[in-house]
Amino acid sequence: MAKGSVSIIVERCKGCGFCVEFCPTKVLALSSAFNSKGYHPPYVVAPEKCSGCDLCGMYCPDFAIYGWKIPSNGKPGEDSEDEE
Amino acid sequence: MTADPKGVLTGIHFLDGDFACAEGCLAAGARFAAGYPITPSTEVVERFAQRIPLVGGTFIQMEDELAASIAIQGAVWAGAKAFTVTSGPGFSLMMEHIGYAAMTETPCVFVNVQRGGPSTGLPTLPAQADMMQARWGSHGDYEIIALSPSSPQECFDLTIRAFNLSEQYRTPVLLMMDECVGHMTEKVVIPPAEEIEIYPRRLTNKPPEAFQPYETDGDLVPEMVHAGMGYRFHITGLTHDERGYPAMSPVAQDKLIRRITAKIRNAAERISMREEEGIDGAEVVVVSYGITARVAQRSIELARRKGVRVGKLRLLTVWPFPDWRVREIAKQVKAFVVPELNMGQIAREVERASCGAARTVPVPHAGGTVHRPEQILEAILEAAK
Amino acid sequence: MAELEVIPENPVEQFLRMERIPHIWCAGCGIGTSVNCFARALIESKVDLDKVAIVSGIGCTGRVAGYLKLDSFHTTHGRAIPFATGLKLANPKLKVIVYSGDGDLFAIGGNHFIHAARRNLDLVIICVNNLIYAMTGGQVAPTTPISALSSTTPYGCYEPPFNLPQLAEAAGATYVARWTTFHVRQLARSMKEALNKEGFSFIEIISPCPTLYQRRNRMGDGLDAMKFYKQRSKIRNGAPTSEVAFDINSDIIVGKFVDRTRPTLLGTMHHQLRERLGEKYACVEEVACH
Repeated sequence: MAKGSVSIIVERCKGCGFCVEFCPTKVLALSSAFNSKGYHPPYVVAPEKCSGCDLCGMYCPDFAIYGWKIPSNGKPGEDSEDEE
Repeated sequence: MTADPKGVLTGIHFLDGDFACAEGCLAAGARFAAGYPITPSTEVVERFAQRIPLVGGTFIQMEDELAASIAIQGAVWAGAKAFTVTSGPGFSLMMEHIGYAAMTETPCVFVNVQRGGPSTGLPTLPAQADMMQARWGSHGDYEIIALSPSSPQECFDLTIRAFNLSEQYRTPVLLMMDECVGHMTEKVVIPPAEEIEIYPRRLTNKPPEAFQPYETDGDLVPEMVHAGMGYRFHITGLTHDERGYPAMSPVAQDKLIRRITAKIRNAAERISMREEEGIDGAEVVVVSYGITARVAQRSIELARRKGVRVGKLRLLTVWPFPDWRVREIAKQVKAFVVPELNMGQIAREVERASCGAARTVPVPHAGGTVHRPEQILEAILEAAK
Repeated sequence: MAELEVIPENPVEQFLRMERIPHIWCAGCGIGTSVNCFARALIESKVDLDKVAIVSGIGCTGRVAGYLKLDSFHTTHGRAIPFATGLKLANPKLKVIVYSGDGDLFAIGGNHFIHAARRNLDLVIICVNNLIYAMTGGQVAPTTPISALSSTTPYGCYEPPFNLPQLAEAAGATYVARWTTFHVRQLARSMKEALNKEGFSFIEIISPCPTLYQRRNRMGDGLDAMKFYKQRSKIRNGAPTSEVAFDINSDIIVGKFVDRTRPTLLGTMHHQLRERLGEKYACVEEVACH
């Protein structure tokens, strides 16, 4: 069961790849598909690995992705600092 | 509303023009000033620096005139009435921020105690050679308001008017003094606070969700808010739309520039202040402003003794220029005589506005002192021929 | 499916003028990354957002003010600090942050920077340093490394750049830190500390400019710059600022270098005036007077 999840706003993405490169648990990959601006947005390849650390959200220069922790049974998620 | 009595030094005083200007700022409600030392204007902020801690407010001496001329605008957006003071070289440095104030519609006052130029010129001696710079000095198209006092009393009175106009039209207003008026000491009467009319800042009553910084309801002047009031608004020197957001298009440019010029042009007759005397039936009218108007007064009297019918048109408001009035007078007179402490600046305006109906006789002077009355007299006699 | 209903908003969005997004910054530019860190710092510092004012100058980073949904002022080139000075002095209750670029703050605005630091006015200065004038097309800046190519140094830069942390410390800043856009968590923490600190705080953020710096200098794209920062950065908190000059050919020293206390401008002003004028002093900020 994944501890976290990410949201991707595909149309805002400019395909810089920061989120894919620096995700500590390698949840993301760049898609081979294009968004309407012609960039390759990220997609989730390993959802179960997501810790919800939101490092992708802090890196994304285009405010196009962010992560959050999934509360387990009403309890707030563990606040683990997954630093690079 | 009337003046806050805290800033008003009611009474009869013996003050020079610079000090009278400082008292005018305090009476008008200015509670923030930023300046940089420059002769012959520094006494204005010296007086302000001495008085403001007793009244409640701040003076800061900045690192240069660029800083001073934008620090006052920060203070305005934080809620203060604010001004800066300078002379020629510093006025040149402030030009970009006069444009910023015009573009962002920031009410503030710039005082220029004019000295001889160009460049360092004559730091301690008078000139009126920045009049065109006052009108056109910042880049781009805008309208400006500039006032020109002829006495310490007018330095006080017109400073208050400058603040009031800046608030009413949300525009920078320039007080174009000169070294003579600045350093001339005369009687200055400061009335009781309740007799001083103050135009209050046009703050909005709208809630944040309904407010747009550059929306205007019919009249051409938008309402303001201050930082810290919870509106989370944006201001930019870029061409902007009603929301205050950058709008890089000819359409937005056209709309904005037409509005900020029209708000002054349409009100020019209301803004304009002139002293007129003996114009009906005159053959020659002397157009003057600032210290030169006082020299011209003597010349007018001398010419009248010689039988010439001379009228006087003194400009207390130089910008906007009273085209309509000059055009009217031009139809009735032979000539205008325009003495000024420059090589012919306002003379060009007189010539333009008279549309060829009357001759314009400039009486140029490079500055450093004032005209001799005989110089202007000679021009009047020549013009009357 | 229940999870879908509780998807939170991107935490940066509450601070953005969303009607202006997408922004103008290039793919791989680091300015947006710095804004994310700033958003987190605003949340964690617990400052009253209605009392926060952002002031920017001109340039790519100068556009930050226009995207932040706070009282925000896009001023003239180089003059963000003196504008901020007027804001802060006229309303000391405001938390004033200057957010601008290296050219704006240290070339055309350099004089204002050192004087505001000398006065120790309570401001937070955030400088996104992309080593170049980007908005105007990649001209040399006072931060461009020796031998780097720019459109006005086509044969390589031969002027030594500023060491910004050393400059800030020497001029009087009370808080000085440098991070790269790779160091997002540390950067957010520094921003939070600066927001909660009294006095003149300075944070330098080394940031990629893929379009006008990396490309011209054959350093790849934004992601390559970020990998470079990761590989070459050394965290040395408390390092003497004289030893942290940015040199593209050696380690990038990052960290919090200065955290000290000096009397602030408003403090010294009130003290001096109170001492000389006593009860006659009409203090506009009663709290600071006592």
